[in-house]
Amino acid sequence: MGQTLAEKILSLHAGRLVKSGEFVVVDVDGSMASDTTAPLAIKAFKDMGGQRIHDPQHTWLVIDHAAPAPNERIGNLHELMRRFSREQGNMLYDVGAGICHQLMIDNAHVRPGQLFIGADSHTCSYGALGAFATGVGSTDLAAVWRTGKIWLKVPQTIKVEVRGVLKPGVQAKDLTLFLVGQLGISGATYQAIEFCGSGIESLDLGGRFTLANMAIEMGAKVGLVHPAGLKLPYPFTPLTADPDADYVQHLIYDIDRLKPQLSAPGSPDDVHQLQDYAGTPISYAFIGSCVNGRLEDLHTAARVLRDAHIAPGVRLVIAPASRDIFLRALDDGTVAELTRAGATFLPSGCGPCVGTHAGVPGDGETVISTANRNFKGRMGNPRARVFLGAPSAVAAAARTGQITDPTPFLES
Amino acid sequence: MSSILKGQAHVYGDDVDTDRIIPGKYTKTLDLQSLAAHVLEDLDPDFRGRMATGDMVVGGDNFGCGSSREQAPLALKTAGVSVVIARYFARIFYRNAINVGLPAIEVPDLQASTGDLLSVDLSRGVVSNLSQGTEHRAQAMPEMMMAILSAGGLVEYLRQHGDYPPTAQPRDTL
Ligand code: SF4
Repeated sequence: MGQTLAEKILSLHAGRLVKSGEFVVVDVDGSMASDTTAPLAIKAFKDMGGQRIHDPQHTWLVIDHAAPAPNERIGNLHELMRRFSREQGNMLYDVGAGICHQLMIDNAHVRPGQLFIGADSHTCSYGALGAFATGVGSTDLAAVWRTGKIWLKVPQTIKVEVRGVLKPGVQAKDLTLFLVGQLGISGATYQAIEFCGSGIESLDLGGRFTLANMAIEMGAKVGLVHPAGLKLPYPFTPLTADPDADYVQHLIYDIDRLKPQLSAPGSPDDVHQLQDYAGTPISYAFIGSCVNGRLEDLHTAARVLRDAHIAPGVRLVIAPASRDIFLRALDDGTVAELTRAGATFLPSGCGPCVGTHAGVPGDGETVISTANRNFKGRMGNPRARVFLGAPSAVAAAARTGQITDPTPFLES
Repeated sequence: MSSILKGQAHVYGDDVDTDRIIPGKYTKTLDLQSLAAHVLEDLDPDFRGRMATGDMVVGGDNFGCGSSREQAPLALKTAGVSVVIARYFARIFYRNAINVGLPAIEVPDLQASTGDLLSVDLSRGVVSNLSQGTEHRAQAMPEMMMAILSAGGLVEYLRQHGDYPPTAQPRDTL
């Protein structure tokens, strides 16, 4: 019996052949923590008797979740991270550099076939490159700093085969939300997903990132995207599952006729056709987060808003996923275009996604956001309702003041 | 840790997410009491006022889904919750709970209503509902997790052992 991709990568790291269901202690290639998880990890590391972190060259700390600090408490946690990084000699990305996941991928800190551990649930994004990357909490991460290793159960794998091509104007995020709706928030708990098929091959790196990012919203430990069609700015060896690998499920979806999707307030897996909610008034539109804060997302928004202004009574808030993305959008005129259309730019980072600082909605507001979660209270106010959609859908809603099919704006 | 726990059940539904266990806006702190003050705030605003030390939180499927924030089990533990029971847990929450020394056990067929008195025998893996007179078997916990939980959490475990045990299987060719 052949191996799934997850089994293959874990075998390479365990130094022996492993099968799903086994427990392994494996060497970690790289690790990352943010300002939500690093302070507790630093405390746990010291409490467990840690003195020097195992591999400072491949350890990154990122200040992105509440950056710049909104108050002295968080300011002090950021200082703790800076002090720790100076002592340990690991790299720190400070305020404004960008969202941890964007930085790890763009700066090639994580590469295909690696085993990467991040103290953030969306670490599974790196499955876009074919890395076995998964999220853990602070203490597990501290243990990686201390030992260079982690214990894992080798997961079973669900194969998700996507056939066809997205219609013009339908985005990778629509496909991703659709799959979250199909699998459900616990559909792949304790399991890995392999995404493959013609519908995946045509996705660019950003689209694959979007898809792998939300594997956690399907409950998965990792979401590995098949490398066919993957382009990276450095040479790499694509890893794939064996043809006779053993899957717990093989799901097949045709996406030729897929229409724009929305996730309704309360849970990311409450996914509907956008059309079902057309006409719902919104007052706040957010573009950003690790799932959709990339340059191409800003370009999409600019196209939808071309020669228009956002509707009266609506605010459009944008947080580019990294400084580099922001710079490129400045250079090519996108920032000016969107600002002229009425958008407000925030520093690069998580922004309003997690409700820690900037951009908290008011009571009773309806929000549409490109982020990946809309649990009650997610954006900092349990009395706001948050829809999730593609950047095109968020821009279209900002333009019209209500949930609107974005495809006509992208056709012209 | 004493292996028989007793406490009142607070029962919730499926998919209790980490944002409802502890909202993200409260997580940026090392002050565990301030986490405990807001535990389950958006799910059950009266929970903190009603609960007593030793009480148990019972969920359905997929308890603790969402973020990797360890503040979620820490908030429950610091508030005095003695054990979390669910049909099954979201993966990261499950690890985090054990890592911080909060017993988390998976019981597929638990019958319990809020207010029931439960007794949990961690070493035997049995939950008794003393109010309803029923007994339920827990899923066996992976050995590694059992070892971490018995040490009182991963910090204690690594303080004692310094490293994970080597995996003892023979080396195959790759
Ligand atoms: S953008 Fe949102 S989902 Fe992504 S890492 Fe930041 S807080 Fe988490």
